[in-house]
Amino acid sequence: MSAATDGYYIPHEAKWPIVGSIGLFITFMGLGSWLNGSGAGQMAFYLGLAIMVFMLFGWFGTVVKESVGGTYNGQVDISFRMCMMWFIFSEVMFFGAFFGALFYARQFSGPWLGGEGAGGADVTNAVLWAGHNYVWPSDGPANVGGGFQQMGWFGLPLINTLLLLTSGFTCTVAHHAIQADDRKKMVRWLGATVALGFIFVLCQAVEYYEAYAHLGLKMSSGIYGSTFFMLTGFHGFHVCMGAIMLAVVMLRGMKGHFSAKNHFAFEAAAWYWHFVDVVWLGLFVFVYLF
Amino acid sequence: MSYSDADAHHGDHDHHGPAPGLMRWVTTTNHKDIGTLYLWFSLIMFFIGGGMALIIRAELWAPGIQIVDPMFFNSMTTMHAIVMIFGVVMPAFVGLANWMIPMMLGAPDMALPRLNNWSFWIMPFAFTIMLSTLFMDSGGPAGGWTMYPPLVLQMGDSFAYVIFAIHFMGISSVMGSINIVATIFNMRAPGMTLMQMPMFVWTWLITAFLLIATIPVFAGAVTMLLTDRFFETSFFSAAGGGDPVMYQHIFWFFGHPEVYILILPAFGIISHIIPTFSRKQLFGYDSMVYATASIAFLSFIVWAHHMFTTGMPLAAELFFMFSTMMISVPTGVKVFNWVSTMWRGSMTFETPMLFAIGFVIMFTIGGLSGLMLAITPADIQYHDTYFVVAHFHYVLVPGAIYSLMAACYFWIPKWTGNMYDEKLGRMHFWISTIFVNVLFFPMHFVGLAGMPRRIPDYSLQFADWNAIATIGAFGFGFSQLMFVYIIFKCIKGGEKATGEVWEGARGLEWTVDSPAPYHTFEDSPTITPETITR
Repeated sequence: MSAATDGYYIPHEAKWPIVGSIGLFITFMGLGSWLNGSGAGQMAFYLGLAIMVFMLFGWFGTVVKESVGGTYNGQVDISFRMCMMWFIFSEVMFFGAFFGALFYARQFSGPWLGGEGAGGADVTNAVLWAGHNYVWPSDGPANVGGGFQQMGWFGLPLINTLLLLTSGFTCTVAHHAIQADDRKKMVRWLGATVALGFIFVLCQAVEYYEAYAHLGLKMSSGIYGSTFFMLTGFHGFHVCMGAIMLAVVMLRGMKGHFSAKNHFAFEAAAWYWHFVDVVWLGLFVFVYLF
Repeated sequence: MSYSDADAHHGDHDHHGPAPGLMRWVTTTNHKDIGTLYLWFSLIMFFIGGGMALIIRAELWAPGIQIVDPMFFNSMTTMHAIVMIFGVVMPAFVGLANWMIPMMLGAPDMALPRLNNWSFWIMPFAFTIMLSTLFMDSGGPAGGWTMYPPLVLQMGDSFAYVIFAIHFMGISSVMGSINIVATIFNMRAPGMTLMQMPMFVWTWLITAFLLIATIPVFAGAVTMLLTDRFFETSFFSAAGGGDPVMYQHIFWFFGHPEVYILILPAFGIISHIIPTFSRKQLFGYDSMVYATASIAFLSFIVWAHHMFTTGMPLAAELFFMFSTMMISVPTGVKVFNWVSTMWRGSMTFETPMLFAIGFVIMFTIGGLSGLMLAITPADIQYHDTYFVVAHFHYVLVPGAIYSLMAACYFWIPKWTGNMYDEKLGRMHFWISTIFVNVLFFPMHFVGLAGMPRRIPDYSLQFADWNAIATIGAFGFGFSQLMFVYIIFKCIKGGEKATGEVWEGARGLEWTVDSPAPYHTFEDSPTITPETITR
């Protein structure tokens, strides 16, 4: 792995990181005071986000210019690849926390609240919630959130699954196209991928509307509502991010940035897209199907 | 950032020094500059966190409420932990990683220098948010650094800021770790195999993996706290079908690997210092690597030993008891190897070696009390007493902090080009070691006798030992000013250090001049048996 260095590239005077730190600082401080009910906090939050977007444009713009200018060598390329792979791994662990919460609630705390288990696990039921019978989906022994219907798997969720699976396929076709140096074909298939991604997000928005308007399913609908919206919400956010990444790659492809040998940005966005895809399959199985 | 051909050339191969002025430190991409920033940051935070510890000990000088109100006392115990863990030990290890890993690997810099800059420059901002909560109307976080619900959800307005400060720090940790992993896998000098890497690099590789794997889980846990507080979710509320204990499971899935994040790099440092001053090779290099990896693996399956009193099923209590005890096997391998390295070595006792030997002895004391705590039925007695406080302070203060002191004395000649004042260094060691034991050893006694932790008042029979501990705390705290004096004195001047610094020291970092040039290894060094530490 330690390939011979043909002159390692060290960038100088990074100005964007400090902009990013200030942006995040304002974002977090703003969001904190917004949550505490301050209107100024809301403004600060949007200002912080704007600074972050500005920073991302500037930073990635610099890297793109350097890459197109041929500044990087094979070793820098490998560093970028490792960075992206480990970043995706950290994202996997982030989702792991919410899946863990779902499994724990369904396998342990739910049945215990319903009086199952021995050696003390059943005490909460006996003392606090006698008579509570646990069935998933559950909004808990106090039926918080005011009653709801479960989100079925058949309609929109199934369509969404097919949308994402298809987008994984179109993304791979685009990859083969750029490997064959066919940039136009790549842009076409990438366009399809981005479109499928945004249609997915749209369907998800419709599904949320259905949940709130007709099923009574809200974030406050007990542990079912909590895990449902937390998992699908963060997933939807990641789909948006991934689709934006792919859209940027598509625009860069239109500008003629990639070649059969040099298209790491495409691959990074594609890896991310497949990751988002796999998370959805986990969601479909454990949140919707079972 | 403007871009031109000149910049590209600039980046390729330049031999000039740092940019002038203060902006050098803000925009730097140099691993040595960033390492220095991390180390100064953690030194400053060390005194902030230490000041909080002294407020705690002053309050505990005598029974009854003395100088602070209980709420503020609680926010001091909470903040002391957050500052020391996230603001001192972790950034200090990252600083050492930045300084030493590229030099140990024969690399010109870290793999992703701009990301490296951002990883550091998040920290001051994140801690500004965290520390600012102390000045808010509702006071700082006071429910303990573990932030268990439902207590933490009852916090005042500063709650949201604490959560976001943690997210903020997490971003820094994950980016820093990704950078370290990429550096280690991608930037080694040609010919250096993984099993030829210095132990500090190995321990950091495994630490970085632990960080990337667990910090996001922590981020998820505090995000659920946030939604429970502000968006009506029921993750940690039994009424809605959730479970407060679930938070503890998720938190400690992060929290237990975290304690190894705080100690594995220390193992690496000690594995450099003991061979150097014993003038021998490290005994059992391979077993050291495998032991480190085993500890990391086991750290993922022991988390619930922090929760023996929550009423888990018996099978879980047994599983977590035995898996926890298993950790003492690889840890024992390490202690055995350090002692065997010293065996029949021609030893000398310069300050780094004193701190390293102090580490081995006192870390082992902390390890053994940990073994006691691993026994489920016994832990039900020890849980949340000062015995636990004594245990983790023995592994973290004369453990992690001593390794940091040892590392500073060991490498500061390489950083500054000057030798530190050896006489003062040894004095610093002995004074610290006496006071640290006066401080923490009595906590074992009051803990076993039943004194609860995190309470500003206590029963009369604990008064004498608490007074003694407070004397130790102030003695230890103020003796660290010596450390600052020694550092400044060393930066200003002193006996010039050679490139090798320590007689017979092995490793690539000792083949360059002292102080190390601003850019090292622009051309890859040749790996020879003499430059490999194993």
